[in-house]
Amino acid sequence: MSQTAEAHAPRSRSLPAPRVLLEKATGLGLVAILGLWLVVQLVRTPERFAGALVEGVNVGAIYALIALGYTLVYGIIELINFSHGDLFMLSTVLGAFVVITVFGATSPTLGGFGVLALGLVVTMTLAATVNVAAERLAYRRLRKAPKLAPLITAVGLSFVYQWGGVRTNGSGQKTWDSLLGDSGFTVAGISVPWSMVLVTGVTIPLLMLMMWIVQNTRQGKAMRATAQDQDAARLMGIDVDRTIAFTFAVGGALAGAAGVLYLQTVENTRWDAGFRLGLYAFTAAVLGGIGRLDGAVLGGFLIGIIQNLNDSGMLPFGQKWSQTVVFTILIMLMVFRPEGLLGRPTTEKV
Amino acid sequence: MSATTDDRPELRVRDREVLLSVTDLYVHYGNIAAVKGVTLAVGTGEIVTLIGSNGAGKSTTLRTISGLIRPRRGDVVYRGSSIAALPGHRIVAAGICHSPEGRRIFPRMTVRENLDLGAYLRRDAAGVTADLDRVLDLFPRLKERIDQKAGTLSGGEQQMLAVGRALMGDPTLLLLDEPSMGLAPVLVDLIFDTIRTIRDQGTTVLLVEQNALAALRVADYAYVLESGTLKLEGPARDLAKDEEVTRAYLGG
Repeated sequence: MSQTAEAHAPRSRSLPAPRVLLEKATGLGLVAILGLWLVVQLVRTPERFAGALVEGVNVGAIYALIALGYTLVYGIIELINFSHGDLFMLSTVLGAFVVITVFGATSPTLGGFGVLALGLVVTMTLAATVNVAAERLAYRRLRKAPKLAPLITAVGLSFVYQWGGVRTNGSGQKTWDSLLGDSGFTVAGISVPWSMVLVTGVTIPLLMLMMWIVQNTRQGKAMRATAQDQDAARLMGIDVDRTIAFTFAVGGALAGAAGVLYLQTVENTRWDAGFRLGLYAFTAAVLGGIGRLDGAVLGGFLIGIIQNLNDSGMLPFGQKWSQTVVFTILIMLMVFRPEGLLGRPTTEKV
Repeated sequence: MSATTDDRPELRVRDREVLLSVTDLYVHYGNIAAVKGVTLAVGTGEIVTLIGSNGAGKSTTLRTISGLIRPRRGDVVYRGSSIAALPGHRIVAAGICHSPEGRRIFPRMTVRENLDLGAYLRRDAAGVTADLDRVLDLFPRLKERIDQKAGTLSGGEQQMLAVGRALMGDPTLLLLDEPSMGLAPVLVDLIFDTIRTIRDQGTTVLLVEQNALAALRVADYAYVLESGTLKLEGPARDLAKDEEVTRAYLGG
């Protein structure tokens, strides 16, 4: 299909229209100004800059985990699963329940880390189960419905999850101790919290495992085939329903991991924590190119870093503008590069 | 007494064992009937073709056989048991591979990955390797482009890939939908020669074609569909001479 589409609309070799040029120039200009500003800050206060980077990578890892859930599901059934952020929130509550309420693990002992590992496994499993159940009970029935129907269903599920959050965690913010607290170490004048080592130490192997599954396993092949063409995948003998359920399971498990790790750095959660985080992660997924796994990871880290550079005053806006900065990125992307950093232009899609 | 089983019409067709039979098939898209009471049979080792103009219900019939659409009425029986209610992947597992209309290759995967996916359900690594060699022998062009993204292939190459991918499933019955669509005349000949080779290597073929002349030349038996119903059937050689067919479909 893409072939014929291109044949009908041959790309001219001459210069693109002035409007397109202007758009491109504006986009690049804005990026250049931002970059220049950051370089100036880096030279002026290198340690604060590096500190913001470290924090940025820390939250970025969590954004990346959540963003993958958005991008996996979008990649396979073109649904923006708006309830995903709230699934993450439920995971924070569940993780706190397992790690702290049940086992009382709040200190960095061997047992504490054992409990954390157990909490990760339990939360990932349950979040995966909830996500698969949502697919099975709601989205699967709507697969042939107009696109708005599953989207509204996702928003509805988001309320259901939030209600679950209120019921289990209360209507206010709850603080939970982490294993590592504020402890950290200093490298070349930059203080690094131990919790960051924990978060990245869990996240990066998880991300690599996921990439490996998608690239190299039979199940991963089935996922990629289903994402490109469901009927053709069926004709290869792929069980499309099971493959989609598996994708929801992987996305849910990653949200589960993100929930547990989030508590270990942020130390509090609330029933609406998934809303902001979910939107950030969604922005990350779009920034990288929705549907692209590497894009979601890149976008997650970038959003985390940009947000923290802004929080720490490295950008000229200041902390109270952080949300504005992040969502401005989303809007600018829609205008200048809707396919995201690593994405293909959508016209190429079959 | 043993002779009586051979006389039963549902088990034998044209002196061959019935591999696939479709009886009184009705398929709807929403409220629109695409196939209205089609009955046909394919014998083991045959090339059977389904010809007819655009929208006659040919592709819909194939899509129903391979489980992509459910029939509203009627049955599809393969090797003696009904497959009309089976999900698509189970039908592939039973040995029916389908090279669909519009090729439907995976554009963002390489030629090799596409062919590997054709063998998705197979566990016999040695057999898969042998079939890969066989497919690359049938279509040497694919060998040259083996690590290229399938979306960058020419139309003819994509068609070869679609047929080759279906063959990688080691089908007992191969469903081919418009394999000559949009191909240069040289390639059309190549594709039809290949279909004969595939049959000679032991695969039964059900071929859907708009290029009726070429289809009748390669097939043993033909069914002519018109707006969802069976209009005519007969040995391909006879239909090629039939005045009505010639006038309607062969431009004579």
